[in-house]
Amino acid sequence: MITATDLTTFLTRRRGRALHWTDVVAHLYLAFGLALVVLPVVWMLVSSVKSQRALVENDPRLLPWEQVTVLGSEGRQLSVFTLVRDDGTRLEVAFLAPRGRNALVVPVAEVGDATRAFEAPRDRLVRKETVAPQIGNYTKPLFGTGDTDRFPFMRFFWNSTFVTTMATLLTLLVNSMAAFALSKYRFRGRDAIVVIIVSTLLIPPTVILVPLFITVQGLGLFNELWGVIIPAIASPTGVFLLRQYMLTIPDELLEAARMDAASEWKIYWRIILPLAAPALAVLAILSVIWRWNDFMWPLIVLTKSEVYTLQLGLSTFKGEIADNLDHLLAMTVLTLLPVTLVFVFLQKHITAGIANTGLK
Amino acid sequence: MSDHEPAASTVAAVRPLERIAALWRRIDPIDFFFRSLQARIGAKRMAWAFLVPNLLIFGTFAFWPMILNFWMAFTGGTSTIIAERPFVGLDNFREILDCPSWLDPRGCPVVGYSFWTGLWNTLFFAAVQVPAMILVATATALVLDRDMKGRGFWRAVYFYPVMLSPVVVAVIWDWILKRRGILNALLGDVVERWNGFVAYPAAAAGLIFVVAFVVALLVVRPIAARFGASPAAARGGAIAAALVLATIAAFATRPWGFLVLADFRPVNWLVDQRSGWPMFWAIFVYSWAHLGFYMLILLAGLQAIPRDLYEAAEMDGTSKTRQLFRITLPLLTPTMIVVVVLSLIRAFQVFDEIWVLTGGGPGQATKMIVQHIYETAFTGDAKRYGVAAASSVLVAGLLLVLTLLQLFVSRRRAQG
Repeated sequence: MITATDLTTFLTRRRGRALHWTDVVAHLYLAFGLALVVLPVVWMLVSSVKSQRALVENDPRLLPWEQVTVLGSEGRQLSVFTLVRDDGTRLEVAFLAPRGRNALVVPVAEVGDATRAFEAPRDRLVRKETVAPQIGNYTKPLFGTGDTDRFPFMRFFWNSTFVTTMATLLTLLVNSMAAFALSKYRFRGRDAIVVIIVSTLLIPPTVILVPLFITVQGLGLFNELWGVIIPAIASPTGVFLLRQYMLTIPDELLEAARMDAASEWKIYWRIILPLAAPALAVLAILSVIWRWNDFMWPLIVLTKSEVYTLQLGLSTFKGEIADNLDHLLAMTVLTLLPVTLVFVFLQKHITAGIANTGLK
Repeated sequence: MSDHEPAASTVAAVRPLERIAALWRRIDPIDFFFRSLQARIGAKRMAWAFLVPNLLIFGTFAFWPMILNFWMAFTGGTSTIIAERPFVGLDNFREILDCPSWLDPRGCPVVGYSFWTGLWNTLFFAAVQVPAMILVATATALVLDRDMKGRGFWRAVYFYPVMLSPVVVAVIWDWILKRRGILNALLGDVVERWNGFVAYPAAAAGLIFVVAFVVALLVVRPIAARFGASPAAARGGAIAAALVLATIAAFATRPWGFLVLADFRPVNWLVDQRSGWPMFWAIFVYSWAHLGFYMLILLAGLQAIPRDLYEAAEMDGTSKTRQLFRITLPLLTPTMIVVVVLSLIRAFQVFDEIWVLTGGGPGQATKMIVQHIYETAFTGDAKRYGVAAASSVLVAGLLLVLTLLQLFVSRRRAQG
C-alpha cells in the first residue's frame, strides 16, 4: 500500500534536491505559459473539423459534436431528438415543425409516414448529437470539390512551395559561393566586402519598400514569383553563418586538391560544400521558414490571385469571407503544418542556430 | 548487383536518366565554364567570380534601393519609371510636416494625419510592448535556467509561436477574439460559475477563510519567525490569525454581496473603438508571437554565466534574491541590451500581424507607421510613391539612431 509519505517522496524526488516552494511556483508559471501558447493552436486544430453551424454558433465544446439528422419524406434533412416520456422510456424522433411550446415530431423509424406524426412538449426533447469530424473542411478546398474559386488552395500551395524551394536552393548556392570566396581566398578588399555585406543587415526592409518595388517592377518581375524569390536570396545572415563555419575547414585540404589539378569550382563543389553541410542545413531550415512565412514583400509584389502565396491567399480569404469559417480554419491549419513539422523534427537545430547567431 | 536485380520495368525507366546523369558528369558544363574562366583570369581572381552573384543581388536589391529612396523622396507624380518622375524638392516632406500640431494629428491634412497617427501609435506600441515582452521573456528565461526536468521541452513550447507566420497568428487570434468567440464564451462561463459558487454561504465562507489563511501564512509567519518564534508556534499563530481574520471578514460582509460579479457582457475586443482593447490585443498578439525568440537569446545569455560564481555565493551564504540582483542580472546586461535594441527596432517596423488582425482599425487606433508607408504607396488610386519614400526617410532616421545605439553598445561590450 502506498502511504502519503511515499507519495510525497516520489513526487518531490528531484535529482536529490528537496522540493522548494519556488519549484512549485516555477512549474505553475510554466504550465500557465504552456496553456497560453498551446491552447490557441489546439483550439484552432479542433475547431477546424467542426461544421459551419457549430463555428457560427461558437460551440465551446472541444470535440466536433454535430446534430444527427435523418432524411425526411420531402428530401429535407430533419434534426433528430430523443424524447423522454413520463414513464422514463425514450424514443428517437425527427423534428418536423414547431407548434408553440410543443413540437411536431415523428418517430425516426417511421419518418416517411406523415400520419404517425404527433406533438410533444419541447422541454422533453433532447438534441441528439454525435462526434463527427468534418473532414470535408479539408478535402473540399484541397481536391477542388465545392467553393474552390474563392480559395484555390492547391494553386497557393504550389506557389508557396515553388517560392520556398527555389529561394532556399538559390540562397544556399549564392551565399555559400560568397562565403567560400570570403573565407578561403586572400585578396585586397576582402574585409571591406565582409563589412559591406554584414552592414546590409542594418538596412531595415520596411524602409526601402518603395524603391525596391520600383526596381523589381523595372526588371519586369512585378506579379512574378521570381520577383519574390530573387531579392531575398542574398542573405547577410547566410553569408555570415557559412563563412564562420568554412573558416574552420583546414586550408591544407584545398592545397592538396589543387596539387591534383582540381579546378576552383571542383574544390568548392566537391570539398567545401560537403564539409559545410551542417551549416548549410541550418541555413536551409531558416530559409524555408523565412520564405514560407514571408508576408509583406509578397503582398507588394504579387497582386493577382493566380500568383498569390498561401499567406497572401489566407489573409485575403480572412478579409473577404466572414461566413466561410470552416474552410478558413482548415486552410490555416494546413498553412501552419509544414513549419510545425519542420519544428517538431528539427527543433534542436533551429533553437541552437538562432541562439548562436542571434538572428531570425 | 546480381543479388538485387531490379525489375525490368524499373531498369527501363531509370536507364535514360542514368545516361543523362553520366553524360552530365563527363562534360560537366558548370565545371567547364568555371575552368575556362579560371584559365583566363587565374585561380586567384576566381574569388571574385564566386562573389559576383551575391554582390550583384545585394547591389540591386539592397544598396541601389537605399540610394533610390532618397531620390524618390524628392520626386512627385505616380509614375514608376524613375526618369519620368518630376523633381519636386522638399514638397513631400513639407506635406508630411505641414500640420498645426503634430501631437494632435486630427487637425492635419490627409497625409500628415496618416503619418503622425501612425508614428504616435508606433511609439506607444513600442513603449509598451518592448518592456512588457522583455519582462515576461526574462522571467521565463530565469525559470527555464533553473535546474529543472524537461527544459528542452519547455524551451521548444515557448519558441513554437515564433515559427508561425504572421497571417496564421492573426487568424488564430482573430478567431479567438471574435464577439462570439471562445474568449468571450470562457469569460462569461467563469463569471457565471463564480456567481453560482458564491451564492452558497458555506462556499463563500470557505473561500474567505482560505484567502485569510494564505494572507496570514504569508504575513504572520515571517513576522513571528523574525521575533524568534519556533516554526510550530509560528504556524499556530498563523492559523489563529487566519481564523480571526476570516471571522471578522465573514461578519463584516454577511450578505456576501460583494463577491457577486456583474454579469459578463461579451466584448467586441477588436472592434470597440473607445475601449482601448484593440491596441491591447495588438500588443498582446505581437508579443505572443515573438516572445520565444527573445527568451531564447536571454536563456543563452543566462547559461553563459559561469556556474562557479553561484557556488561561491552559496558558500558565502548569499540569499537567492541577492544572487539574482548581484550576479545574474548584472552579468545578463550585455545580452539584455542587445535584446532591448533588437526588439525596439523590430517593434518600430511592426506591420504584418497587426495589419492582418485589425487592418489598422478600428478607425486608426492600431495604424502603425509602416502601414502608413504601405498604404500611401501601394493602395488606393493615387499611388503616392514620393510621399511614401519621404516618410521612409524620416523613419529611417529614427531607426538609424537606434541602430547606432546598438553598434555603440556592442562595441563597448566588445571592448569591456
